[in-house]
Amino acid sequence: MSAPLLTIEDVAVELPTPRGNLRAVDHVDLSLEAGRTLGIVGESGCGKTMLSRAVLQLLPKKAKLTGRVMFDGQDLVRLAPDSLRRLRGRDLAVVFQDPMTSLNPVLTIGTQLMETIQEHLELDAPAARKRSIELLAAVGIPAPEQRLAQYPHQCSGGMRQRIAIAIALSCEPKLLIADEPTTALDVTIQAQILDLLAREQGRRHMAMIIITHDLGVVAGRADEVAVMYAGRVVERAPTSALFKRMHMPYTEALLAAIPKLDAVPHTPLPAISGRPPDPTRPLKGCSFAPRCNYASGRCHEAKPVLTSAEMPGHLYACFHPIRMAEGIEA
Amino acid sequence: MMQLAVRPAPLLSVDDLVVEYGLGNKTVHAVSGVSLQVARGETLGLVGESGCGKSTLGRALLQLRRAKSGRVMFDGQDLTAMEGEALRRMRRRVQLIFQDPIASLNPRRRIGDIVAEPLIIAGVKDAAERKRRVHEVLSAVGLDPDLVAGRLPHEFSGGQCQRICIARALVLHPEFIVCDEPVSALDVSIRAQILNLLEEMKARFGLTLLFIAHDLAVVKAVSDRVAVMYLGRLCEVAPSEQLFARPAHPYTALLLQAIPVPDPDVRPAESVATGEPPSPIAPPSGCRFRTRCPRADQRCSAEIPALRQIGPGQFVACHHPLA
Ligand SMILES: Nc1ncnc2c1ncn2[C@@H]1O[C@H](COP(=O)(O)OP(=O)(O)OP(=O)(O)O)[C@@H](O)[C@H]1O
Ligand SMILES: Nc1ncnc2c1ncn2[C@@H]1O[C@H](COP(=O)(O)OP(=O)(O)O)[C@@H](O)[C@H]1O
Ligand code: SF4
Ligand code: SF4
Ligand SMILES: [Mg+2]
Ligand SMILES: [Mg+2]
Repeated sequence: MSAPLLTIEDVAVELPTPRGNLRAVDHVDLSLEAGRTLGIVGESGCGKTMLSRAVLQLLPKKAKLTGRVMFDGQDLVRLAPDSLRRLRGRDLAVVFQDPMTSLNPVLTIGTQLMETIQEHLELDAPAARKRSIELLAAVGIPAPEQRLAQYPHQCSGGMRQRIAIAIALSCEPKLLIADEPTTALDVTIQAQILDLLAREQGRRHMAMIIITHDLGVVAGRADEVAVMYAGRVVERAPTSALFKRMHMPYTEALLAAIPKLDAVPHTPLPAISGRPPDPTRPLKGCSFAPRCNYASGRCHEAKPVLTSAEMPGHLYACFHPIRMAEGIEA
Repeated sequence: MMQLAVRPAPLLSVDDLVVEYGLGNKTVHAVSGVSLQVARGETLGLVGESGCGKSTLGRALLQLRRAKSGRVMFDGQDLTAMEGEALRRMRRRVQLIFQDPIASLNPRRRIGDIVAEPLIIAGVKDAAERKRRVHEVLSAVGLDPDLVAGRLPHEFSGGQCQRICIARALVLHPEFIVCDEPVSALDVSIRAQILNLLEEMKARFGLTLLFIAHDLAVVKAVSDRVAVMYLGRLCEVAPSEQLFARPAHPYTALLLQAIPVPDPDVRPAESVATGEPPSPIAPPSGCRFRTRCPRADQRCSAEIPALRQIGPGQFVACHHPLA
């Protein structure tokens, strides 16, 4: 096994709010090797974006970050701002849910692409232009030469996301973080964007983190999945192990809540009742206990820690894990 | 299986509806000749990609946007011909739930007042009666009236805001509700809660629903029949299970393929070749799907395929339907 490209070590993020201190990320450990895809899954507000921003060192100013983020041999938390800036956009790239977060509305698509390329790679204007056209073609934009002169508002949401991906890929990053890259898009466009990311990743031997609230999005596309709840990683496993032998009641509930194509119409969905706890009022016990069908008294009293399952690389944090013994129906 | 096509007098009947928007000196062909029927007590799902005209159709049914031509009959009365007081009275019987729950609630008004507003507009003068009705619907959607009525929208999550919107839509005891992507902006976990709630409310209040979404799996969970729309026209209408088991229109098949399956052993189908829909300002001649259709031939660019029946309750608009 090669050394990981990225190691997140005991990372915690706290944000001061009027209601008190909010722990958005609660001591997370993760690692990722070159060329591999990690899916991070969890409900809105569980800390997925804050964790990815902690990796990118793009947290809100008032946020307090502890822990280490080792990327390609250096600790990003302690890296000087200008070294960080050079790294982001080149070795470390990001695609956000709303493509307009990374696109400038008053600049043409060509200008934005060429600026990024010229800032990070030593290319002259004609070479940068040529590369921009190649990139737009690679992400499936028809008539890329003409697109260069257009502004973001002249493109559909799916096009904009493709362009944001082209910019993210422009400098051959070693790691691409895609934070809900398709949540704002239609299912047909979603499938195309996910295919595009997978194809480019394979071609470039790039590492990738896909963040989503939908387990269906990572099922066929991630090598490993980390499930987050209330700021913590509560289960982590190679993708097929996670789907076949999940040990966390929360993972099971997230999967069950997805409407299935083979279900008969009007079958009630097994919804997860209630909502995640208020992150400024952390619970003493397991954060999922108020919504968990398996909770016991102990779950309300103590926090379960991540424990190794029988399979290597599979970890879970639960006092009453499900599907433990062989032969239990999946 | 119910034979919905042979049911007597539908509650809602749409006939050759055309809705357009002016854009500078151009015309956006948002809805181009749609006909459909919804039986009393039925849920008709309406699916299609962003911009294909789903919301426009929904709004035109409620006369929130007037059609250029065509008719909308509700319970035997022609809404497209109605105006003023008659239309206002009719509107109590049909309601709309929006996609973005947070944006559709006035941020400065309290929840109790937001839900009571349709009652005030409808002329319910008795404050105690209004309060009783507001409490009734807030409890029905799973909120504690005493806890929520005095609070402001920003204090609630997206899922809770959608519950409030549903309560507001129910307060006049309507017969028909257009649900315009009511769960698209919500997380999977909350999405399931809201879908279940809509089903419960439908049974409890005897509702008829038009359920708009872009995700076929979501639509299937709640719909008796499904209509598939593409660039302003209907492609296929069929009972839910039939549509999913045997899609006849190539576009329905494409939509089915695009749904992410939560099973790592199911490899996602390659989708790259399909591209995006063309602009509704200059829709393709003939079949509007032909620029993305793997089965398109010359006839498809020359001739508009009419919606025709190909099986029990199943209608398709295609020259070369799938077997
Ligand atoms: N007020 C308007 N003026 C001009 N064009 C409009 C207007 N409203 C909608 N359109 C256009 O009409 C077409 C149909 O829009 P509509 O909102 O009905 O689509 P939709 O299917 O509901 O899409 P979505 O899934 O994004 O909600 C689109 O091309 C849209 O850009
Ligand atoms: N700028 C901010 N200031 C204060 N709290 C924030 C800020 N951004 C996010 N949060 C809070 O941090 C927690 C985690 O948020 P986030 O990482 O965005 O979740 P996710 O991406 O999983 O939806 C949430 O409780 C959220 O409300
Ligand atoms: S620790 Fe207890 S409450 Fe938490 S997930 Fe496991 S069973 Fe449920
Ligand atoms: S009519 Fe032709 S282009 Fe249209 S869906 Fe059928 S085969 Fe495809
Ligand atoms: Mg997020
Ligand atoms: Mg719409």
